Amino acid sequence: MPDTPRDRSRPSPPAPSSVTPHPAGSQLSTFASVRRLYPFVRPAVPRLIAGFLSALGASLAALAIPRVLQAMVEGPLADSIDSHDVGTLVGPVLLVLGLGLLEGGLILLRRNLVMYPGTRVEAVMRMALFRHLQDLPVAFHDRWPGGQLLSRIMGDLGLLRRWLIFGLLQLVVSAITIVVGVGILLATAGWLGLVYLAGAIPVTIIVFRFSRRYRVIARLSQDQSGDLATTVEESVHGIRVLKAFGRGRDALESFTGQAEELRRTEIRKAGSQATITTSLQLIPELTLAVCLVLGVLLAADGQMTVGTLVAFFMTTAVINGPVVDLGMTLSMTLNARTAVDRYFEVMETPNRVADPAHPVEAPTPRGHVALSDVTFGYEDAARPVLEHVDLELPAGTTTALVGLTGSGKSTLALLVPRIFDVTAGAVELDGVDVRRLRRADVRARVAVAFEDPTLFSASVRENVLLGVADTLPAAEREARLHEALDVAQARFAYDLPDGVDTRIGEEGLSLSGGQRQRLALARAIASRPPVLVLDDPLAALDVATEEAVTARLREVLAATTSLVIAHRPSTVALADRVAVLQDGRITAVGTHSALLATDAHYRHVISSLEQDWARSERPVETDLANRPGTDRPSTKEAAL
Amino acid sequence: MTTTADPHSGGLRRRPTDATADDATRLDKATSRAVRSRSLRLLGDLLRPRTRALALAGVLVVVATLGQVAGPWLVALAIDDAVPAVTDGRPTTLVAVGAAYLVAAVVGGLCAGAYVRAAARIAQGVLLELRRRVFRHTQRLSLEFHESYTSGRIISRQTSDLEALRELLDGGLTGVVSSLLLMVFTGASLFLLDWRSGLVLAAALVPAWLLTRWFQHRSQLYYREQRTASARLIVKFVETMTGMRAVQAFRREATTEAEYNRLGEEYRDANLRIFSVNGRYQPGLVLIGNVTVAVALAVGGWRALEGTLEVGVLVAALLYVKRFFQPIQQLGMFYNALQSAVAALEKVSGLLAEEPTVVEPRNPVPLPHARGELRLDHVTFRYGAGPVVLPDLDLRIPAGQTVALVGSTGAGKSTLAKLVTRFYDATEGRVLLDGTDVRDLSTPDLRRAVVMVTQEAYLFSGSVRENIALGRPDASQAEIEAAARAVGAHDFILAMPEGYDTDVNKRGGRVSAGQRQLLSFARAFLADPAVLVLDEATSSLDLPGERLVQHGLQTLLADRTAIIIAHRLSTVAIADRVLVMEHGRVVEDGPPGDLAAGDGRFAALHTAWRDSLV
Repeated sequence: MPDTPRDRSRPSPPAPSSVTPHPAGSQLSTFASVRRLYPFVRPAVPRLIAGFLSALGASLAALAIPRVLQAMVEGPLADSIDSHDVGTLVGPVLLVLGLGLLEGGLILLRRNLVMYPGTRVEAVMRMALFRHLQDLPVAFHDRWPGGQLLSRIMGDLGLLRRWLIFGLLQLVVSAITIVVGVGILLATAGWLGLVYLAGAIPVTIIVFRFSRRYRVIARLSQDQSGDLATTVEESVHGIRVLKAFGRGRDALESFTGQAEELRRTEIRKAGSQATITTSLQLIPELTLAVCLVLGVLLAADGQMTVGTLVAFFMTTAVINGPVVDLGMTLSMTLNARTAVDRYFEVMETPNRVADPAHPVEAPTPRGHVALSDVTFGYEDAARPVLEHVDLELPAGTTTALVGLTGSGKSTLALLVPRIFDVTAGAVELDGVDVRRLRRADVRARVAVAFEDPTLFSASVRENVLLGVADTLPAAEREARLHEALDVAQARFAYDLPDGVDTRIGEEGLSLSGGQRQRLALARAIASRPPVLVLDDPLAALDVATEEAVTARLREVLAATTSLVIAHRPSTVALADRVAVLQDGRITAVGTHSALLATDAHYRHVISSLEQDWARSERPVETDLANRPGTDRPSTKEAAL
Repeated sequence: MTTTADPHSGGLRRRPTDATADDATRLDKATSRAVRSRSLRLLGDLLRPRTRALALAGVLVVVATLGQVAGPWLVALAIDDAVPAVTDGRPTTLVAVGAAYLVAAVVGGLCAGAYVRAAARIAQGVLLELRRRVFRHTQRLSLEFHESYTSGRIISRQTSDLEALRELLDGGLTGVVSSLLLMVFTGASLFLLDWRSGLVLAAALVPAWLLTRWFQHRSQLYYREQRTASARLIVKFVETMTGMRAVQAFRREATTEAEYNRLGEEYRDANLRIFSVNGRYQPGLVLIGNVTVAVALAVGGWRALEGTLEVGVLVAALLYVKRFFQPIQQLGMFYNALQSAVAALEKVSGLLAEEPTVVEPRNPVPLPHARGELRLDHVTFRYGAGPVVLPDLDLRIPAGQTVALVGSTGAGKSTLAKLVTRFYDATEGRVLLDGTDVRDLSTPDLRRAVVMVTQEAYLFSGSVRENIALGRPDASQAEIEAAARAVGAHDFILAMPEGYDTDVNKRGGRVSAGQRQLLSFARAFLADPAVLVLDEATSSLDLPGERLVQHGLQTLLADRTAIIIAHRLSTVAIADRVLVMEHGRVVEDGPPGDLAAGDGRFAALHTAWRDSLV
């Protein structure tokens, strides 16, 4: 953030739009775009129609009341003034009261009819998006900034809800009022009606142009809101870094720049809306001015009765309101449309790591894993990370994967549980290509401890038992929990304020890196998978803890097929054999000592720092070297 | 918003570690009032500098309304006067009326458009100001706060809560002006015309007021619930998306979905409750208006029959009564938006009212060039009300010394680092840098002098270059490359598709954990501080990488103070001095060679480590 690791000059569409070459729906007409909502809205249609009818009824009642008042007072009431008959009042009062109650009742009805479907549609769409996001592969989430997704699932869906509840109804009511009103004008007022209708030509053109322009700005503003949310998210997730370097001010500056950009977009949007507001108010009024002069002339000429003229203007008065509102309703609709586009952009992202249409029933797990001729490259990367990798993990063995930072070890490991899918070649689990299995089946057989231990806002118990079936008896689950904590040397959990029920994660107690890593390890162990993938599982542990974990882990790994990513000899010690990954290829497989003897690259990657000590000229070195009992030569021997 | 101790807000002041208090919706009366007034204060605070703009917008909307109202009046004039006049061959009236209509149309239309622009400018100005305030404040707040408040909650303050305010401002904070004016004019006209009918109208205000009170109480509560529900939904969403790898790897999709669905339903319920209370309030107002018209008809009609009221006056009076209630729907909508915005601002102002536990000094002691001498003067530390982590630590680190901290988890090593970097303040005692209490140093001075590299090397979206430049934003490309070279990151950066301009993507997706640590090291190199604190900064590096970093460190640390926390004793080798910590106390202190040669804990650790190297 400081100094904006974000290209401010980027024209507009957000990062994700580069992901989907044709942002879903941007080329559709507004109607076609919004029509995609139909499957979600369908159950609500009867209520929406009923709500629409209530709205119509309420407006009719509202329109009738003044007429009735006037007619009643000037008619029956005036007639009975001389008779002083109070009884004549009852009828008119009851009628007005009745109409009044009807209007209020219909508004109440409309609101009740519409609010359920409105919120229901929103909730259903939100869950659908959430489900899809959980279904989409990690590669998708790596590309899409969090704020963009958040702004879709909260902001855009909120927009849609409001549109469904207010905008859509108003749009329909306005449109119908205008069409019916203009129809009446044409039928009754002849020339005047035509003049008024002529005003519709510039209005249509302006509305059309406005829609096109506004849509682009609305989209831009929603995307920028998403980017802003991303920046907020990063500024909070990266708060330690920002604080450590005292970059709060730079972050603020960069955030302000972005927020300022959003402000400008919003003001542009308002400018566009101001134009349409002015046009929609001005043009009908101008045509009315023409009509007024023309009408007066016609009436004076006797070609038109004064009554017709009065009726004409009373009707236009009814139409003008909806015409002016149209600007508002239209922008609301266009905003909703953009929201729909943005929503479906994610919803229509195909899942490239999906379950097969006809999944193969997973065989009884033995835990045999084979990577054959595997190539993997990230979608937008020029060079593949892994090329023609062949690696077999025989059931029950432990293989250490060793290679330089960035050589593709973690990527390779994530191919096994299908977090990523191979670009070419195949990963087989017990002889079946993992792509032919259900993801849930694969992942039930393969547990991972990631290098970044992700803990959720939940108790230690829930975090550790994350991969353990809920159907397991409670006692068994407890036993798993204790065993896993024991093996991972995470017994500190018992000493937390509420023991294993202490809430940890973002909303709970913060733990040290080492503690988190041990819990992540415990989590992988607890699910007792046939295949275990451990990504540098001991990195954050101190030597004593590491030793303890190693000792216990060996027992666990004895019966499990495991792939352990290792940076250090102490971690390699867990393994029966070692595979060396260099520049995206497996260059050697063998035992630790054999590889040390034969493989120069392996020696380079794994050999201890002792040589460096020797090369160093620091006095410490000499101290250590002269220290009695220092077995440098022997370590060196071992290293070679 | 710098509100701190309001005597009534005692109930609000919460420890920052208590995020659940933030979710409270049913507040006792005093708290509720305090929260509300805090929120209104913030709103007033934001609007005050824009009084003139608001007034202008108000004028615009009134003129626009007048333009619209003038139309029917001119039409009546034309029909009543101009038609006979034209028939008589006098076209002047028609010309005048026609011209007036044109002017009214143009002025009304232009003002309506100008109002939309003006309102947006106000709304966007307020939002920008508030966004900045919230952002600045969250950056200022101490780590202690962030460790419990959750990122999702801050995001919801910055997104959906601000959205509620925006709706109020866009939806016509000033549009309400014309409604009110119209009502006042109509009411006054009615009183002038026939004060008895006016009394009927006045009587109607009583139930309207009662209904509004009811709505106020209800909607206040429900909007609070809505804000809380929305924040919970966002927190869950952010957490799930951030931890997607783990969710998928452990097949938690179904459970997470159920949980999210529950929160989503809570949010929907909150929305429904609001719609339903608002859906009763608005028709209620309409109903009161309509019943009043009927009552006015009954009363007026009776008086007309009695002969005390002319029928013509009755018609006019009834139309006035009816018209009086026409803008009331709009007022109701405005009030609803206000309630929503105030509830949202309650949350936002609550965040803004959080005081950093680590406070910037009022009169900072300048420290332009730190030497890097550290002294912990009888420091005691505990997290909040928790157990004491560091009991009475007394330590002196001369400038330029490299100190390694060794000890098991929970020994207090990271805590010591956090005190030196002032992520936390000592509970008792002082931490001195070059003889100055770190609490007396300005943030820029302190951060220039003391930099920490942590185990979790966070990358921001943007290019590699920008991420390294975070260490020193004004660094040149050559300096950035030099820093990358020094830690051995240069080669892998060049191997990336666009070198230093490569986008690291969300949370550094494409960079391995080890590479991320190298980049974060490069940041520290670039920052060039007098005191460097490394908290497990090399844990994910491979051995060649670590070797490179060690080499780099030896040059880097030659002339600066360093505190290194490492589980790998290899790092310790470059230290001048080792501190072995246990239960918050230093149990061994000396050069690594001496300690390793002895028979203490370090010697044991050292032996174990050497064995592990094989």
